[in-house]
Amino acid sequence: MSEACYTRKDFCSDQEVKWCPGCGDYVILASLQQALATTGKKKEDIVCVSGIGCSSRLPYYVDSYGFHTIHGRAPSIASGIKLSNPNLSVWVITGDGDGLSIGGNHFIHAMRRNINMNVILFNNQIYGLTKGQYSPTSEPGKITKSTPYGSLDHAFRPGTLALGAGCTFLAKALDTDPKGMTEAMVGADLHKGTSFIEVYQNCVIFNDKTHDLYANRNTRPDMTLMVEHGKPMVFGKERNKGIILNGLKLEVVELGDRYKEEDLLVHDKHNETLAYMLVEYSHPPHFPMVLGVLYEKEQSTYEHMMEEQIKAVKEKKGEGVFKELLYSGETWTVKNDN
Amino acid sequence: MIDENSLESVVIRFAGDSGDGMQLTGTQFSNTSAVMGNDISTFPDYPSEIRAPSGTIAGVSGFQVHIGATEINTPGDEVDMLVAMNPAALKANLHSVKPAGYIIVNRDSFTDKNLEKAKYATNPLEDGSLENYRIISAPITSQTIEALKEINVDSKTKDRCKNFYALGMTYFFYGRSNETTIKWIEGKFKSKPDVVKANIAALKAGSFFAENTEAVVSTYKVHSAKIANGDYRQIDGNTATAWGFIRASEMAKRPLFIGSYPITPASDILHELSKHKDFGVKTFQAEDEIAGICSAIGAACAGSLAITTSSGPGMALKTEAIGLAISYELPLVIVNVQRGGPSTGLPTKTEQADLNQALWGRNGEAPLVVMAASRPSDCFASAYEASRIALKYMTPVILLTDGYIANGAEPWKIPDLDTEYGPIATRLVDLEKIDYQTFHYMNRDDKTLARPWVIPGMKGLEFRMGGLEKDIKTGCVSTDPRNHELMCELRAKKIELIAEDIPLQTLEGADSGDLLVISWGGTYGSSVMAVRKLQAEGKKVSLMHMKYISPMPRNVESILKNFSKIIIPELNLGQLRTLINSKFGVKAKGYNKVQGLPFKISELVEAFKQELIKE
Repeated sequence: MSEACYTRKDFCSDQEVKWCPGCGDYVILASLQQALATTGKKKEDIVCVSGIGCSSRLPYYVDSYGFHTIHGRAPSIASGIKLSNPNLSVWVITGDGDGLSIGGNHFIHAMRRNINMNVILFNNQIYGLTKGQYSPTSEPGKITKSTPYGSLDHAFRPGTLALGAGCTFLAKALDTDPKGMTEAMVGADLHKGTSFIEVYQNCVIFNDKTHDLYANRNTRPDMTLMVEHGKPMVFGKERNKGIILNGLKLEVVELGDRYKEEDLLVHDKHNETLAYMLVEYSHPPHFPMVLGVLYEKEQSTYEHMMEEQIKAVKEKKGEGVFKELLYSGETWTVKNDN
Repeated sequence: MIDENSLESVVIRFAGDSGDGMQLTGTQFSNTSAVMGNDISTFPDYPSEIRAPSGTIAGVSGFQVHIGATEINTPGDEVDMLVAMNPAALKANLHSVKPAGYIIVNRDSFTDKNLEKAKYATNPLEDGSLENYRIISAPITSQTIEALKEINVDSKTKDRCKNFYALGMTYFFYGRSNETTIKWIEGKFKSKPDVVKANIAALKAGSFFAENTEAVVSTYKVHSAKIANGDYRQIDGNTATAWGFIRASEMAKRPLFIGSYPITPASDILHELSKHKDFGVKTFQAEDEIAGICSAIGAACAGSLAITTSSGPGMALKTEAIGLAISYELPLVIVNVQRGGPSTGLPTKTEQADLNQALWGRNGEAPLVVMAASRPSDCFASAYEASRIALKYMTPVILLTDGYIANGAEPWKIPDLDTEYGPIATRLVDLEKIDYQTFHYMNRDDKTLARPWVIPGMKGLEFRMGGLEKDIKTGCVSTDPRNHELMCELRAKKIELIAEDIPLQTLEGADSGDLLVISWGGTYGSSVMAVRKLQAEGKKVSLMHMKYISPMPRNVESILKNFSKIIIPELNLGQLRTLINSKFGVKAKGYNKVQGLPFKISELVEAFKQELIKE
């Protein structure tokens, strides 16, 4: 469809990247640039829209159109951009605070509307830009600057929230796995509808190693499960573990004498109930963190239906003629003789 | 013997239960009068509850019509004739009737049960409490049913025709022809000939009753007003606003996008635009006020003529996003149909108390254009003009209307579109005309200081922009102290320069005198009528009605100097007055009212007179 032929470098802007050394955001940026070079979309048709927070600086660093907006509102601004020009490839960049706290309302409504855009949520489970307060994804009891005696809040699971709100594409990725992340982004771009990618991202300053158990290279193979549609759920350094469905429960099993690969659950990305279970069960070390494309559903996009509705009305009523509108309903003529 | 009298103008209020069809009856009366050449102004008065219990005061729905042989600018102060279809309607509206005014009552509805629902201890038709009024007591329900006994419709339909019976009575009383309404009935119920017959029979029966009853001793004529030649239609403020945007979009060759959240009394603009997909209008009912404006900002980023509509509480929520639109320098029109505040306030009542919010209600130095529409039909011109300024100067514009003009209706001379509402220039970049070597999205127009409108999809012009301060040349994020100051000054200057591009302030009356009345927004009608009355009495009073408040026309200061006194009537506690006094160092007085009600002409006449005689 496109003659566009890019490399990652074509999407690097002239701006100096100003995240803290070692921040997970660098990998997400590079993965996105790599994904954009792969999607075949023209550079001028790509728009990155962000809110406020460390993650939301990203649009400055991508050489395409970019809008750094206000706290929590990126999905709304992105919606207006996409509805105004459905030809654009729109990427929403947000964080756990921006997207789920101040912008929680826009997040859920974006999910249910299914406008064709991609939402990448950088989940570091902390407020970084305001220097370390707990976020809606922080674990209960978390000690932060605003909760010196421990947070009393329960945490959102972004995946469950998105599914509950009607999201049609859900993927999860690690900031230590650029390849997996890029694949998720390319998949999101191909999906027609709102795609949601949750990226577990490390904040080196205020919440270092919060995802370490499943994100670091050594323990990752045993603590994560990368699902693929139509493939059995195998994981582990030795690829010796898997997931089975036992009654209504998911269970981790060792492959060997008792369980063979054919006994394992086969991933079906179109199964919404399974997607809920995979999100909810993700609890390393008891159950691996499930990554990859967990869910995808075909559903008409909002902007497509909007265009179709306009087309249908125009076909029925004809193209609007303004003068006829002014003369619609009752009119009368005043004619004085003098 | 019936006397026939000639009147300059007359005010009629139709009132009944929500289900009695009073809005329709009032609209028919005003349409007939308009077709007969009267000038008119109307105002609907709905209950704030959606379905209040029938027969109760809360369930009363009213429609006021002011018709005249002279120019009419308001729906009228006091009522010459009240049509009360039940006791509750009488009770709720009696206070608005002039002493010795006419009241037509539907006698059949004054049952014990209805009297009790309206909380009347005794029957007002019998206890002498109405002796200061001229009562025309008619058995409207029973007479309607009697008149329709030969017609093949069910009894419920017959009962529903009683509003046409009442309308017929008023038609006789004020010498109106039945013709326009008969034509309307025939069109409306085309597929139900019996219903057509029934409604026409009720209308005629009402007229005959009025002609034959001894209660009617006089009839009145309101002759045609001297109205300019042309084609006319009725229009209410919210519809006019919506249409103004459709025209502007067409003339700017930019698609129209509205992102909005329902709120009284602004929702009808969203409703109206939603009907016009044949003009390609994209309407987006967002999840909240913030998403409403933010989606509009997104649409503006992508090249649409973007608007958002709201009322006071919603405007408060949009505040931060308006700042972003200022920082982005985007064309955006924000309509505030004002209602009583603060907080939820008086949702269905009118007020002008959001002027300060429009002018100042943002963080930082955040200037924008503030305009106000003066009457229902002026909403069309104002929406078009707000769009023109937004698109030419790459700036958000706040357009203030109010509940009174938004719901009020008046005849509107259908404009000559080509001469009055022609093409609108935008700053949209023409890729074939730019020099890619020198082009920059922060390169401003020398005269207007407006930046070019670069939108996603334009190859080779990709840029990044945020709400963070921008370098004046490169547009990149800048925290340089001097740059920030320059940017603040530049944004202010850009708005000030718009004063060069708006009409000079005009006056109604002489350009010097004893008293200058300054009005703005929806109080134009009562202000101008009050000023004219005093002028006719020989008083040296002039009216300066302001449409542009930020920036103001260049000649405002020089006008103020030529009057000994200044008075500013406002439906707030003095917001424009504070601005005028501080900006120009004058000592204007205020005449202020915050009752959720519009000004009466009579109270303004009195207030201006008092100001004139003060030492």
